[in-house]
Amino acid sequence: MSLLTLENVTLRFGGLVAVDNVSFHVGEGEVFALVGPNGAGKSTLFNLISRFYNPAEGDIKFDGKSILKMRSDQVPSLGIARTFQNIELFEQSTVLQNLLVGRHRHTGVSGFAQVFFTPKVREQEKAHRRIVEEIIEFLDLQPYRDKYIAGLPYGIRKVVELARALASKPKLLLLDEPASGLSLEETQDMIFWIEDIKRHMGITVIMVEHDMNLVSAVSDRVLALADGKELAIGTPQEVQSHPEVIKAYLGTGALENEIQKGAGEDQE
Amino acid sequence: MRFVFKRSYNDDLKLFKHRAQMFWYLALLVFVVALPWLIDGFLLGEATNILIWAIAGMGLMVLAGHTGQASLGHAAFMALGCYATVIMLQRGVPFIIAFPLAGLISGIAGVIIALPVLRLHGIYLAIATLAISVLSEDFIIIAAPWTGGVSGLVAPQFDIFGVDINRYGTPILFYFLTLVVTLLVLGAYRNILRAPLGRAFVAVRDSEISAQAMGINITKTKAISFGISCAIVGLAGALLGLFAGAFNNETFNLVLSIQLLLMIVIGGLGSIHGAFFGALVIGFLPQGIALSRDAISNAFGVSALTIPGIESGVFALILIGFILFEPTGIYGRWIKIRTYFELFPFYRKGMFKRQKSYLKTERMK
Amino acid sequence: MDLAQLVISGLANGSVYGLIALGFVLIYKATEAVNFAQGDFMMLGAFITVWLTNSEYMGIDFWIAVPIAIVIMGVFGYLLDLLVIRRLFGQPQIAVVILTIAIGFILRFLVGAIWKHDPKLLETPFAGQELRLGELVLGFEEVAVIIVTLLLTFALFLFFRQAKLGKAMQAASQNQLAAYYVGIPVKRIQSLVWALAGVVAAVAGVLFASKGAIDPSTGLLGIKAFAAAVIGGFGSLPGALIGGLIIGLIEPFAAYALPSGYSQIAPYAVMLLVLIFRPAGLFSQMQNKKV
Repeated sequence: MSLLTLENVTLRFGGLVAVDNVSFHVGEGEVFALVGPNGAGKSTLFNLISRFYNPAEGDIKFDGKSILKMRSDQVPSLGIARTFQNIELFEQSTVLQNLLVGRHRHTGVSGFAQVFFTPKVREQEKAHRRIVEEIIEFLDLQPYRDKYIAGLPYGIRKVVELARALASKPKLLLLDEPASGLSLEETQDMIFWIEDIKRHMGITVIMVEHDMNLVSAVSDRVLALADGKELAIGTPQEVQSHPEVIKAYLGTGALENEIQKGAGEDQE
Repeated sequence: MRFVFKRSYNDDLKLFKHRAQMFWYLALLVFVVALPWLIDGFLLGEATNILIWAIAGMGLMVLAGHTGQASLGHAAFMALGCYATVIMLQRGVPFIIAFPLAGLISGIAGVIIALPVLRLHGIYLAIATLAISVLSEDFIIIAAPWTGGVSGLVAPQFDIFGVDINRYGTPILFYFLTLVVTLLVLGAYRNILRAPLGRAFVAVRDSEISAQAMGINITKTKAISFGISCAIVGLAGALLGLFAGAFNNETFNLVLSIQLLLMIVIGGLGSIHGAFFGALVIGFLPQGIALSRDAISNAFGVSALTIPGIESGVFALILIGFILFEPTGIYGRWIKIRTYFELFPFYRKGMFKRQKSYLKTERMK
Repeated sequence: MDLAQLVISGLANGSVYGLIALGFVLIYKATEAVNFAQGDFMMLGAFITVWLTNSEYMGIDFWIAVPIAIVIMGVFGYLLDLLVIRRLFGQPQIAVVILTIAIGFILRFLVGAIWKHDPKLLETPFAGQELRLGELVLGFEEVAVIIVTLLLTFALFLFFRQAKLGKAMQAASQNQLAAYYVGIPVKRIQSLVWALAGVVAAVAGVLFASKGAIDPSTGLLGIKAFAAAVIGGFGSLPGALIGGLIIGLIEPFAAYALPSGYSQIAPYAVMLLVLIFRPAGLFSQMQNKKV
């Protein structure tokens, strides 16, 4: 059952075609990766799904219904959460406060009640806190709970980005380069966490990623893009050995090397 | 070093972090309530003035400090609250209704005016609000049949449940009225900050893009912030007018708007304390200048510094000092000092270092 | 021929607004900060000129005093950036805005303290002279203001387009870090821009003072110059001048057409309308960037 469907999505910035007739669907519970060289249109696709951009053509459907009429701040109410490649955390707040903002779409009390901090507001705050604490425990963020983002190292901030997206208990999680800038150990942690997210939380994950290690380890399917166009779609192994993908990433020379290597192996 | 052991989530929602903090604030409350019996009438008037500025400061702080929207136009809303209150009082509306209603009117006007202006950022918003302040001065003159135009209005006598309150006649009662309003606004502000709405404000200030991605409606949040800010500032304006006794279009001019903004920057942008510290500076500035003037005269035998407008000059100088050397304001410096003593001897100099943000043009969006 | 008088006088005022707006735009183009004290810079330039040339002060010949005043203001701008503004490097824009507001306060106070608050008239060699074009009788100062402004604007426009320094300034404003990397001395360029703004303000001051009396609060007409800069589109030099001329023309015509009390609000109302409906102004510098 397809959770997210993109049909013939095209986006142009003036004369530049950033996304060219891209279609794919992501099934529920899948981990789906978008790979491709820089400028391929991967983050642009995320921005389209998050409704920061409007496609020139095509449709985006979530749970069978088109979301093109929605504003970017209405998307979380559908159950879609995302992280940002360049870390868009609230620098002057603590980790805890950032995660609590992640719960915003579940705010059930009016502003009026909040001014008086009624018991209902208090109960809701505690309920949100409980949920956020589970995530803190899951991602080992306890030592950083009350620290201001501004003083935290890059690796921890990446984890807080992930935590904040998880805080809203989404159905679909969009991860924009979750491992970029992380060390080997941190990337390994990320692999474990994404596997847990898929298996135990039942969240569908779409991620943009360059680290093929991470992609091969956790993804069910991969879509390779270049220059806004689809190159190949399939399992990580299929996509990695696809000739078009090799050509896009490494150039035609590398492709010829691969072919020759393959021919050489056949001869032996 | 103090270790705060928290035993339940309620502990993080409480108003005071620990017993000692509560003790100090309660002591402050006792002092403030007992003030009329400790000082004379003139100083009590000064204290009332400081409280009024603190209320106005809190109003602007919600918008500028916590939601990140700079406004150079808040004097216009102070004027609105003031004129609304007095006009209603003149027509026999009891104070207990007129006063909150004026705040409401001010708040709604704030939302209405904010909506077209909210899409603007940074400089453009500052300039637009500046235009609003300048325009309001002229509107007060244009609406002369209601507002008394250039001659202005005189604050009428008013009473609450039969008890006459007057700035000169019953200064103690007026002080307590102001104090009660201050505490109510303070309570509401604190509540907002520990609730989702307060977090939404800060989110809009720190990263609009990710606030949207979390489900926060930017326009609605900014409008609410504007509304609350203008309502509070409207109440402060009403108190200011009643305190001054008489006022006209020049009372609520552009300079007042600017002073309000500069004041909360000195106090410490982004904290409730900043409003109070800023109000203290504005309140004590004339006295401070008078005292230094006397001190210099006595030391050097010169009758120096009787220059008109020296208050704005000194005020501006103080602001420049803070912007250059302590951009986090008085409250920021206080936090650093307190942290130094709390963590002694483990305080590290780089603890509060701000990260530089290099300029990237906003002209390409 | 009242209409022509109205137009010329409006254009003359508008030129002064335009020059102040030019100062705004210069600093904005180079540093994306707004100098709220630009109007007060103009006032300072005017007072320095008065001090240099008026017989009650230094009494220096007008045509020597003016260049001296211009140089003084240029140095003032440079030093202000070097000693004060530069320390805000890396802080958000709004910090500079607040700082310049405060600097404006201080300038007004200092000028008032030194030269008192009574209005002063600049003694110019061409005071009161008239220009006759057929049936038209125009004030010489007003025409001079318009012409000098046009020339200065054109010169600055060419400077930013062609001169290496001008292009370096533009680069520094678009991406400071990148400008550093290619070897542009960003901080020094910034000081030069402030010096240039000081020079432009001085010229505006001399021109304004030659048309009418000045006092320490004269700088507050800088607010109308904001309207000019906004209408023109904050990043455009010719736009700033055109915006100024538009405001300069709106004022007398609004006074003519609208009841008194309403005419004063005209420039600000127009500015607010532009901000709401077309914030990029007439000569929009905002473009869509590929993300």
